[in-house]
Amino acid sequence: MPDGFSAGDTAFVLISAALVMVMTPGLAFFYGGMVRAKSTLNMLAMSFLSLGIVSVLWVLYGYSLSFGPDAFAGLIGNLDFLGMRGIGLNELTGSIPVTAFAVFQLMFAIITPALISGAIADRAKFSAWGLFIALWVTVVYFPVAHWVFFVDNGQGGWLGDRNGVIDFAGGTAVHINAGVAGLALCLVLGKRIGFKKDPMRPHSLPLVMLGSGLLWFGWFGFNAGSALAANGVAAMAVVNTQVATGAALVGWLVFEKLKHGAFTTLGAASGAVAGLVAITPACGSVSPLGAVAIGLIAGAVCAAAVSLKYRWGFDDSLDVVGVHAVGGAIGSLLIGLFATGGVGQTAKGLFYGGGLGQLGKQAMGVAVVAAYSFVLSWLLAKAVDKLVGFRVAEEVEVAGIDQAEHAESAYDFSAVGAGLARALPSLGLGSATGSAAGSAAGSGKPAGKTADTAEKTAQSVEKTEVDAR
Amino acid sequence: MKLITAVIKPYRLDEVKAALQAFGVHGLTVTEASGYGRQRGHTEVYRGAEYTVDLVPKIRIEVLVEDEDADDLIDVLVKAARTGKIGDGKVWSIPVDTAVRVRTGERGPDAL
Repeated sequence: MPDGFSAGDTAFVLISAALVMVMTPGLAFFYGGMVRAKSTLNMLAMSFLSLGIVSVLWVLYGYSLSFGPDAFAGLIGNLDFLGMRGIGLNELTGSIPVTAFAVFQLMFAIITPALISGAIADRAKFSAWGLFIALWVTVVYFPVAHWVFFVDNGQGGWLGDRNGVIDFAGGTAVHINAGVAGLALCLVLGKRIGFKKDPMRPHSLPLVMLGSGLLWFGWFGFNAGSALAANGVAAMAVVNTQVATGAALVGWLVFEKLKHGAFTTLGAASGAVAGLVAITPACGSVSPLGAVAIGLIAGAVCAAAVSLKYRWGFDDSLDVVGVHAVGGAIGSLLIGLFATGGVGQTAKGLFYGGGLGQLGKQAMGVAVVAAYSFVLSWLLAKAVDKLVGFRVAEEVEVAGIDQAEHAESAYDFSAVGAGLARALPSLGLGSATGSAAGSAAGSGKPAGKTADTAEKTAQSVEKTEVDAR
Repeated sequence: MKLITAVIKPYRLDEVKAALQAFGVHGLTVTEASGYGRQRGHTEVYRGAEYTVDLVPKIRIEVLVEDEDADDLIDVLVKAARTGKIGDGKVWSIPVDTAVRVRTGERGPDAL
């Protein structure tokens, strides 16, 4: 390998990439547990779809647009790396292969649109969601990643490299970006049927806890890996990530107990995620005490912020705005107060003798990314809605989106239902035919083909029955 | 014959079953049920959103008995199910035309 290569750094970043990857399935569980049972699979699948689409686009042009040599004033990368051409095994960025850096950053590009999906739970057409992901990462995420993460000695991205906005691991590029896009999307799609009237309580809090645990675990890769080296900054990022998250968990619980009278499980999970979000931009520039302060503030403020949707009447189903946009903004802004100047970056915050300068820069970063993300996401969502229709039919939404969009259901607890499924095919009244025909009607597909498939399914069920006898 | 139906608190089921056995009842049917009486339900909080859960878990017990045993059986049942707190449940009886033991075809009191 060329001079400057570090096997330790490379191993660390590759493992960090794998840790960040597991955050997306973790997010799927976190979100999947929070929706009603009838739409769980769709929620899981929306995250998984991002793993598919963004991975492909990243190789085609995503990496080049985000991290190719700057094409214009720090706004976007050029097309030198289309198809990842010209990136050999021996090319380094810092002390690690470019490919290691590229795959680490890919995981960020994957989870960001997946985060958005929580805002439109239970009502988006899956195909429209896929189209939206492809357009959104192209027009919003790749450029913003370039603004924030592309470093080239003052000739890189205009926010981070040229104007000194600190975002260590993606508070603006990932969380504010996704949170605000979530707001735009839920405004375009409208409220769920029954919003504020029907109970829409989470169907599985254990799934939520599993998901938030996986997020917490993977987040060490997200934050510490952003040091791009196995060094002191990475270690400090791990410490800050842990203590801020713990503090936010406590902050959310205390707020809840005072306001609503109970320490809830969902509150513990949500507080942890809010803390992770808030420390993300700051973990490379604050001390552990600063991290605790950021966590406590984020936990309490996000717990208060999630009720905004009821007050203002927008249906951000799973609080992407309250947790990610608000949490990301808190973390980014508090850098302006708590940056010590002695961790990874030299900029100092107000409390460490740095004056208001850094706070101003951070506020600019937050405002610019939020405004860009909101406007572009709103336009893209409108375009997708015009093109293919973004929302499922009313009867599909009421019945649950899983069967109509995925021809599956997450759970079958009904002993009576199972008995019927065994009994009906032999009477020529296969329940499979009934449900598949129903889903064909719901999704507006021609019924013929689906009915054929259903008939085959019914026959195979019957055959299995015979075999069993 | 009478059909005695009791809707009781789930945790009283063992007491009630034991009391009915001691009384000499040979069979009963137990169903999980939910509902509310005057106490209504409870409130759950999810991220600050409060949901009122009206329907409280209950157990429904059904017993077939001969007419002359009905009043005594109701007393036994009520005594075993009672905690004195709100939400203890209800017991009622209705007349039954006929009952058949499926296995033997016996009818009426013989089927009990």
